[in-house]
Amino acid sequence: MANKKSIDLTVNIGKLKLKNPVMTASGTFGYGDEYAEFVDLNKLGAIVVKGLSLKPKEGNPPPRIVETPAGMLNAIGLQNIGINNFIKKKLPFLRQFNTPVIVNFFGDSIAEYVRAAEKLSAADGVHALEMNISCPNKQAGWSIFGTDPKVTYKVVSEVRKAADKTLIVKLSPNVTDIGLMAKVAEDAGADAVSLINTLTGMAIDIKNRRPRLANIIGGLSGPAVRPVAIRMVWQCYKAVQIPVIGMGGIVSAEDAIEFILAGASAVAIGTANFISPKITEDIINGIESYMAEEDIKSIKALTGAVQC
Amino acid sequence: MNRLFQASVINNEKLVKDHYLLTLHPLEKIKKPKPGNFFMVAVNKGLDPLLRRPISIHRWLDGDFQLLYRVAGKGTSILSRNKPGDILEILGPLGRGFPLNIKSENIILVAGGLGIAPIFALAESLAGKNLSLFYGARTKTEVLCTRELNTIGVDPVISTDDGSLGGKDNIVNVLKRHVTRNPSLVTDHVLYACGPGPMLKALSMFAIKYKLKGHIALEQNMACGLGTCLGCVVKTSKGYKRVCKEGPVFSIEEIVW
Repeated sequence: MANKKSIDLTVNIGKLKLKNPVMTASGTFGYGDEYAEFVDLNKLGAIVVKGLSLKPKEGNPPPRIVETPAGMLNAIGLQNIGINNFIKKKLPFLRQFNTPVIVNFFGDSIAEYVRAAEKLSAADGVHALEMNISCPNKQAGWSIFGTDPKVTYKVVSEVRKAADKTLIVKLSPNVTDIGLMAKVAEDAGADAVSLINTLTGMAIDIKNRRPRLANIIGGLSGPAVRPVAIRMVWQCYKAVQIPVIGMGGIVSAEDAIEFILAGASAVAIGTANFISPKITEDIINGIESYMAEEDIKSIKALTGAVQC
Repeated sequence: MNRLFQASVINNEKLVKDHYLLTLHPLEKIKKPKPGNFFMVAVNKGLDPLLRRPISIHRWLDGDFQLLYRVAGKGTSILSRNKPGDILEILGPLGRGFPLNIKSENIILVAGGLGIAPIFALAESLAGKNLSLFYGARTKTEVLCTRELNTIGVDPVISTDDGSLGGKDNIVNVLKRHVTRNPSLVTDHVLYACGPGPMLKALSMFAIKYKLKGHIALEQNMACGLGTCLGCVVKTSKGYKRVCKEGPVFSIEEIVW
């Protein structure tokens, strides 16, 4: 059994060196402050904050969430305080910690993405950017940026020119060929891809025959999506050279290791933060114990180590 | 004090069909909840149901506490099977409770169904003031806590949907009739309420019409209870607010129905 002190949990994502592979998934950890009471934020690999846009966004009408078997559907509608408020009100708190801050962001046009990326690149204390491309494109009849390879290439390459910080592209799983989308992001200059965002879904109340979400359609997350996410991470790992950040229903160290074996260099914990606010720390400890038991010295050795 | 704690079940008493009174002993010292605060209770360690269940504080017993709940689905059904000695993992107290620091000596309390759970906690905290409780339930057997209410000197006006106890009417109509007969009921009074959405809506319309100030405790689907998922919002005059963080207690005029 390896001595815990000799275990190397560090991973590299673009220019970032993370002390361990466990990050938070955007939208499930707020702006970090709400969780500081439960988790030592210094212990995390990275903090990924709630998705931001140039202007604050009000979000969708309620009900916005509904529980489904081993999962939940959400249609929050990207409610956020806006990039300026984030930089003024939330970033000073996050700068106190010795943990990289990754800002998830989105826009409804390529120009908006670029302006957002410029602002975030200039902000001290933002270490990397994660582009959410699962949102609608105003100029193209509200079709999704992340489902048309040509549009994906265009928006990522434009943002790449505007951002010198590490750029992660968060892929939509609602596509036919996820490996192709990862390759497009890589070709457009992304330093890493993260996946999966939520799978679109729907639930109906059979008594009143109405959708359970006011928005009708929502995004499914939680353990219910995990096998889909594992498969997609594996396909992306085979398709690209850049690091893959895996997420989708991780609730334990075992789940995280499954993602790493499928090809993830790092993992993000999402819905599980809602169930247990200290789960990220538990998962980091669990990964370390697993490595000690299995006598693995470096977590990097596990990435993509599934034997097919 | 840690807001994520374990508690052992002292008792999980079935009061009447589907209604349970859960008495818990925290294994460490916890923050004393205010009436209107709630706890997120993990009903199981498995993945289905996935989320904790938000349940408001019913009674604080000097370190131990009680939750009053109704079996409404899978989660509460699992919760109802807990036995004395079982350990539950709980998050809380959470949210903003009822304001207790009020000048008025005259309080109107309105409870609909399980809304009695936090309203009882409130009545206990406000004991000594002039409390008028209007309490509506579906049927006689679901009128709970009447003995405990009498102990703190509260004699509720009751109505039931089926007329099996009190008048056969909804409790907002009952309150309206009381006010029509005795308009002084709304002068210098403060209103506090908890109950189903339609009841709170009708009550709010009535309160605004009669310029009656007060607060209501709301319910909403909720994932985290900590303000991060943004799933539990309600529409207010100042945009969407989170039931778990800015609520669950809101001032009546704030909510946009």
